[in-house]
Amino acid sequence: MSAQLKDVIIKPDAPSSLLLDKHADYIAAYGSKKDDYVSKSVSSSVLVQGKMDTINVDKAVEFVLSCMNFDGGFGCRPGSESHAGQIYCCTGFLSLTGQLHQLNADLLGWWLCERQLPSGGLNGRPEKLPDVCYSWWVLASLKIIGRIHWIDKAKLRRFILACQDEETGGFADRPGDMVDPFHTLFGVAGLSLLGDEQIKAVNPVLCMPEDVLQRIGLQPDLLS
Amino acid sequence: MSSVQEASTETTEVKEQKEFEGDADEQFGESFGADPTRYTFYRDRKEWADLEPVPQDDGPNPVVKIAYSDKFADVYDYFRALLKKDEKSERALALTADAIELNAANYTVWHYRRVLLQALSKDLREEMKYITNIIEEQPKNYQVWHHRRMVVEWLNDPSEELEFIADILSQDAKNYHAWQHRQWVIQEYKLWDKELEFVETLLEEDVRNNSAWNQRHFVISHTTGFSDPAVVQREIQYCLNQIRKAPHNESAWNYLKGMLQDRGLSSQPGLLEKVLELKETHCSPYLLAFLFDCYEDALEFSSQKENTEQEQKETLKKALEICELLAQEKDTIRKEYWQFLGRSVKNKYGGDGPSVAEEAKPSVPASETS
Repeated sequence: MSAQLKDVIIKPDAPSSLLLDKHADYIAAYGSKKDDYVSKSVSSSVLVQGKMDTINVDKAVEFVLSCMNFDGGFGCRPGSESHAGQIYCCTGFLSLTGQLHQLNADLLGWWLCERQLPSGGLNGRPEKLPDVCYSWWVLASLKIIGRIHWIDKAKLRRFILACQDEETGGFADRPGDMVDPFHTLFGVAGLSLLGDEQIKAVNPVLCMPEDVLQRIGLQPDLLS
Repeated sequence: MSSVQEASTETTEVKEQKEFEGDADEQFGESFGADPTRYTFYRDRKEWADLEPVPQDDGPNPVVKIAYSDKFADVYDYFRALLKKDEKSERALALTADAIELNAANYTVWHYRRVLLQALSKDLREEMKYITNIIEEQPKNYQVWHHRRMVVEWLNDPSEELEFIADILSQDAKNYHAWQHRQWVIQEYKLWDKELEFVETLLEEDVRNNSAWNQRHFVISHTTGFSDPAVVQREIQYCLNQIRKAPHNESAWNYLKGMLQDRGLSSQPGLLEKVLELKETHCSPYLLAFLFDCYEDALEFSSQKENTEQEQKETLKKALEICELLAQEKDTIRKEYWQFLGRSVKNKYGGDGPSVAEEAKPSVPASETS
């Protein structure tokens, strides 16, 4: 039986620096394709923060907590497998409702930092391949619960940069694959969270530039 | 002989072509006309002339406007027209199928389709066939699974579900939607009977299938539960067997830890010994982490076990050694985490060493020999 983990190999000639201009060109030129991706958590978060009084927050929190699993992660519904995307939604939600103290941050932090594979990339559930979008879902969750230092930042940065396409600009889910705006957003946002100075600071809860949120006076809770 | 055959073959072909064209007119109205490959826009179909198409309102300053194809815009302009009129008709139902084909994620269309299915008292068995085909084509879409769930609920008939989901899982054994739907069906209709067997089959195929391990936990916690020591022993044995086959298996170790963490890791008879044994031949970072958890558990519940202070010190030393080993050698990528654990456990249970300004929970009973 193989002792190998499921992971990717980063080739020596993979991109290793941030190709910001290329990405700007890529996004500017992206106009003719259909948008398949629904930004579930981001749009719902923005909606919720404006209209918090129209929902029963206690019931909602109760439901979210009922989705906590035996491994500390969260699934889509009670009993569903822990999944980094769901965890991001839950931590974001708990932040917006001021309920982060209900989490077991050490246990969840452990589950999240276990997403990091030898290549440096992050997967979304155990024994799956790394994907650049999880650099966002996992990383932002770790930032929200105050444990972002539990992953190896240098290795993650190397992985994210390797997902760039030097010719077209943009980021793919993993090195060598086709780029798309979805993964480009999360690649850039992930790099920002890792502290890349060429990119504006991004808010981990709402995936928007911090200066925009400062302008409207919105600062969701984070654990330290 | 052959010439006669050929003649009749030609005749058949021509006949079939004409039948097809005729059928096409009946089935699709004038959508295809005489040529079955030519698509007619709704705006050009005379039986739709009574409806005024409603263009999409993107607001005064659209940001990142989507460049819809002509065909897409046309179908959805007419969909909006139907919604506006609240029309409940066969032609509306047919249009929803076109709209879904263009964007199966549009939940407004799905909702409207469901309204129409009810209003027109459509054959739900036919709808099951329809949704089965769509899911086979697009198995990672939320709306299609939700729609299937609604139809199953209306029919109150889950009899096709387990087999259908198994088929989808045979194409992607970790499809999150499929598993979720499966959990719903099983829980709603109490179809627990053969599920553990199903999980084991999948784990035979891929012991690293985390979804299957999750399902195992789901089935057991909703049936026998984990309170029965016999069940726990069986599960421990199962896990260790799987670990022997594939030691670097995060899922198996997570399952083991998850099952035992609230039941006393260190109080499972013989478990620590078995893990120490495995350490010699089937070591992994997960095994070491599990060992640490055992030691931590032992430290936490030492008062119940009447451990001596010496035993406590030994256990703490072993726990710290593991953290060091993981941080420095076996799992350096998570160095920060292992060092954090080491510090936590030292602060909590260690009497020696430099004091750190963190609150230590009193868990060690006052020593009689100081």
